[in-house]
Amino acid sequence: MADNRTPADPRPKPSQRVYGKGHQLIGKDYQTADMLAKVTGRAKYAEDFRAEGMLFCRLVLSPTPHARIRRIHTGAAMAVPGVKAILTADDIPVPADSRDDNGNVVKASKWRERALTNEPMYVGDPILAVAALDELACAEAIEKIEIDFEPLPWVLDPLETLRPGGQNPREDGNAWVSPAAPNPPSPQLREVKWTEADFAEYNSGRLPMGNVPDQWSYGNLDEGFKNAALILDETFVTPDTSHQCLEPRTAMAYWQNGKLFLHTGTQSTGQTLSLIAQLMNMPQEDVVFISEYTGGGFGGKVRAGVTMIIPALLSKKLGVPVMMRISREEEHFIGRARTGVVGRLKVGFAADGRILALDMFTVSNSGSYDAQFDGLWAAKFVSLLYQPRAMRQRAISVMTNTLPRMPQTSPGGLVCSALMEPILSKAARRLRIDQLSIRRVNCPEGKAEFGPLVKGRRGHATSCFLREALDRGADQFRWNERTERAKRSGTKVRGLGVALAGHDGGDTGYDGLLVITPQGRVRFQSGIANLGTESVFDVFRAAAEKLGVPWEICDITWGDTSKHLPYSCLSVGSRTMNAMSRASWAVAEECALRLKEIAAKTHGGDPAEYQVANQRVFRKGGGAGLSFAEAGKRAIELGGIYDGHEANPYVNPQTRLAVAGLTGQGLVVSAKDKYPCDGDWFSYFACFAEVEVDIETGKYFIIDYQAYGDVGTVMHPAALGGQILGRSTLGMGHAIGQKMVYDAHYGVPVAKRFYQNKPLSILDIPNDMQWDALDIPDPETPVGARGVGEPPVGGGLAAILTALTDAIGAEVFSRAPVNADTILASLEAGRPMQHPLMAFI
Amino acid sequence: MAVIRDVMPAFDLLQPTSAADAHKLLQQHGEQAWIMAGGLDSLDWLKDRIKKPKVLIDLSGVDELKGIRTSGDGIEIGAMTTLTEIANSPVINTRYSVLSEAVSVVASPQIRNQGTLGGNVSQDTRCWYYRGGWPCYRAGGNTCYADTPVGRNREHAIFGANRCVAVHPSDSVPALIALGAKFVLLTPKGQKVVDAEDYFVGPEIDITNMTVLQPGELLTAIRIPSTWAGARFYFEKIRDRNVWDFPLMNVASAMFVSGGVIDRIRLAVSAVAPRPMRLKHVERAVTGKPAEASTGEMAGRMAVEGAIPLQFNAYKIPLMRNLVKRAIAGVQESSWT
Repeated sequence: MADNRTPADPRPKPSQRVYGKGHQLIGKDYQTADMLAKVTGRAKYAEDFRAEGMLFCRLVLSPTPHARIRRIHTGAAMAVPGVKAILTADDIPVPADSRDDNGNVVKASKWRERALTNEPMYVGDPILAVAALDELACAEAIEKIEIDFEPLPWVLDPLETLRPGGQNPREDGNAWVSPAAPNPPSPQLREVKWTEADFAEYNSGRLPMGNVPDQWSYGNLDEGFKNAALILDETFVTPDTSHQCLEPRTAMAYWQNGKLFLHTGTQSTGQTLSLIAQLMNMPQEDVVFISEYTGGGFGGKVRAGVTMIIPALLSKKLGVPVMMRISREEEHFIGRARTGVVGRLKVGFAADGRILALDMFTVSNSGSYDAQFDGLWAAKFVSLLYQPRAMRQRAISVMTNTLPRMPQTSPGGLVCSALMEPILSKAARRLRIDQLSIRRVNCPEGKAEFGPLVKGRRGHATSCFLREALDRGADQFRWNERTERAKRSGTKVRGLGVALAGHDGGDTGYDGLLVITPQGRVRFQSGIANLGTESVFDVFRAAAEKLGVPWEICDITWGDTSKHLPYSCLSVGSRTMNAMSRASWAVAEECALRLKEIAAKTHGGDPAEYQVANQRVFRKGGGAGLSFAEAGKRAIELGGIYDGHEANPYVNPQTRLAVAGLTGQGLVVSAKDKYPCDGDWFSYFACFAEVEVDIETGKYFIIDYQAYGDVGTVMHPAALGGQILGRSTLGMGHAIGQKMVYDAHYGVPVAKRFYQNKPLSILDIPNDMQWDALDIPDPETPVGARGVGEPPVGGGLAAILTALTDAIGAEVFSRAPVNADTILASLEAGRPMQHPLMAFI
Repeated sequence: MAVIRDVMPAFDLLQPTSAADAHKLLQQHGEQAWIMAGGLDSLDWLKDRIKKPKVLIDLSGVDELKGIRTSGDGIEIGAMTTLTEIANSPVINTRYSVLSEAVSVVASPQIRNQGTLGGNVSQDTRCWYYRGGWPCYRAGGNTCYADTPVGRNREHAIFGANRCVAVHPSDSVPALIALGAKFVLLTPKGQKVVDAEDYFVGPEIDITNMTVLQPGELLTAIRIPSTWAGARFYFEKIRDRNVWDFPLMNVASAMFVSGGVIDRIRLAVSAVAPRPMRLKHVERAVTGKPAEASTGEMAGRMAVEGAIPLQFNAYKIPLMRNLVKRAIAGVQESSWT
């Protein structure tokens, strides 16, 4: 793929870029605390743990998309040597109700997924587990189990269940409906059917648009379309894709002195603790959760997963530790998947490309359990990223008997970019304006508004410099130079693509917790999971910077709730960097205050007369003071709020427990993030790609890629670059091949292994992809940092899609992924040949 | 019976160190024996518990089945020679480069380090219904799940379907056919040598096997005569991913051209039919014609005559037409415009 037309790449290499000007730690690269363990293989994931007397268990998964289990015959299985127990749905505790952050009781949903079931809702739904001395005995026992199923109606395709007389995935409905405010409970399942007239356009490839439960609008849509110079009405299908985490959701559990010890991978250490307690219907204080390393989450392990309690229940039953290893095929079934969305957008453009009116309709496939609203969420991002003057969105979330869905990186955000960017590209060609110009003219800026009117006003972003990112990215990518270059050689055609992307990037209200030990070290307690983003460590660089301490005297405790971890955010939607750097900053400020109080109590005077610097607290202008080590000792002498006998009154109960556990270890400081904020945090990307298509085979190569972000303050450049390019790569996988394939007659997935469902490989991406970021602090957070992981996914996908349309035209494909077969068949026929709306092909 | 995957069943592992011993064990255990070369196909079957042999005969310790040797006027490649060794072989790169090209795009580097030529040519189909344990014709049942109005058959056959529409997935086989390779089998009656294209059988003859290899028989080597050494070669594989992927289709040709005219040619494709196809009628048609685009286009059109697409694989017709064209006329080159 060498391109001898391309001059030497002038883009600055990562080592040439400078971030964090004026900071000692923020914006600088460093060696994270887990690096050696990861590169030397010493890091222990759930499957690496062993305990004396440990048994193994394996699952039986449903072979049918929907059924009721009449009877399970286990006699022969129990007679297999080594088999110790069989766990069925009848052994699963009724989940406890939970409480939200305001203390309100949240009733457990009757449609909620349980660890095992007597009514499997999809092929792969766990039915029972067998525990034995080894996995071979488990397998031999499983093959002796007979299950008597009563088949029930099922449906795979979200549009098919909406047809008049279409099957429902459950007896009580097919669509998720959010009850009206105030205080809406979780979504309810209802039956929604459309009319034959609604489906009139189906065969022409246009998404039918029947009645939907969710809609909002703002502005005058009719007037916008009336004044439009160009109106496009496009249907596009985004892919359902399994999360495909490298580490499957293996779990190991044992009990000691009435306490449950559970190991599994998670995205959110602290928040998983409460889910375990809820699923086990037991007090949270009696649960210890260990998860030092997690091999990928991408939204599929937000709070680990319901199956993690299976070894815990078997261990309780048998009195010995139990390991439940999950295989790659099992992970495909129970490992969660992205919600595929069928979207139809009617967009009215002014002659300069400005979007005057946008009418958006989406159908989201929620799969077999929890409601997912990727289409609805996408509408928010569309309204933000493209600032249409008038907009209406209508959305419906449909249940099907397919894999359970969960948000996968940039839920909604990816859909937004995938639906909108090919339309923008097409409009630019029709209006004969530059691809950058049409994006620039619609670009949000500053405290850009988004979404519908709520109580007379629309929401707004905390800040947005996407236009700057677009311009700088285009410069670095040499967009203009590339557009001047030749496009075709023989059967090879090149295309350039650009895409905007955005996603939520923050949250507030979480706690920070640290200890200054009598040895003078600063120990941060981290409730964040170590899922590869490094935010588990990075956020504390902010606290260390605030305290003015060198990183070398800082320690971080993470991954084991018995080590007293504070209430932390769900690591979902890329909110961690923002939310927890705020909490980290808050605890550093609180720590400085306590240090000054200790100094004043020790040396007299007012705390305001003291300052913190150079690992000391001392009287301003010089004079008496204490080293951090002395302050740590003195805190123990003082007790109360200083050594953990009392917690900060504002912190969450989980943090109070953690503080109590740390009592007497030094200066124990807790704090809650109460920094004011008005807007919503978003991060933004402009992404650029060049592809080369062989029109005789349909095969294409991604030959270059650049992402440029507006992510607030850059905290840790190496981790940031890893996130940007890693997530871009995830998005490219959605473009070039990753997919879910079901046999429509039997309701069974046929692409279960990597070689079948085809996540992207390292050789599918350019070997010198580039990234950069503006490094402009967010104005509504003290550190200025926002999350980054989500938007590059949509950017990566949509940049490839728009590059393909540039190379081969906009009429070749109307869904992702775009494979060689689609391109070749459509080019051959001169019209789109792939079925535009059929699911799971 | 409930189903579980990813737990290998128990079996007796036999590890002979000579071809004779291996052959003896195969005859001793007959249909209860499973021959394992690199293990990349075998271990999938075993871990999925779909195949449960009583005896596994692991050939990895049989050194005499490894290596590349001169043989007569050509070379002989031991069946247990790894794909990496073949890709790196100077003699193959120099004289039979179509084979090194083909094996260089098999799967991934790791798989090529472990995978063998014998295993690559003898592997089973990757039809996802069959590999998923569905009771199809090929698995001894009485239906084909891929060939239904809603069956998912993007990767399946456009030629040679006979109840089963699975395709042969090998990348090396078209190159071996193009080179006129001979497969050396050790049978209870002694050594047997078959032409490369005759090593494979279609479902019309044997729907549960893809090769002529019978229980008790062993593929020991593949011989490549010098007939096509140094010919003008072409190989191309089209796949979804650039690594670790089976072909959507591949093509190989060996051609002698003099004065711009095709003197002799061998041409083969794979992943279009249940067995690799040598396109003899196309070979005959292009012999004596100029090695140029018009001939290639004619050959491509001729190659796809009679193709019957399924619901999701009609793209294979233009793909095969274009690949065959390229195999004769090369890829159209021109300056960027």
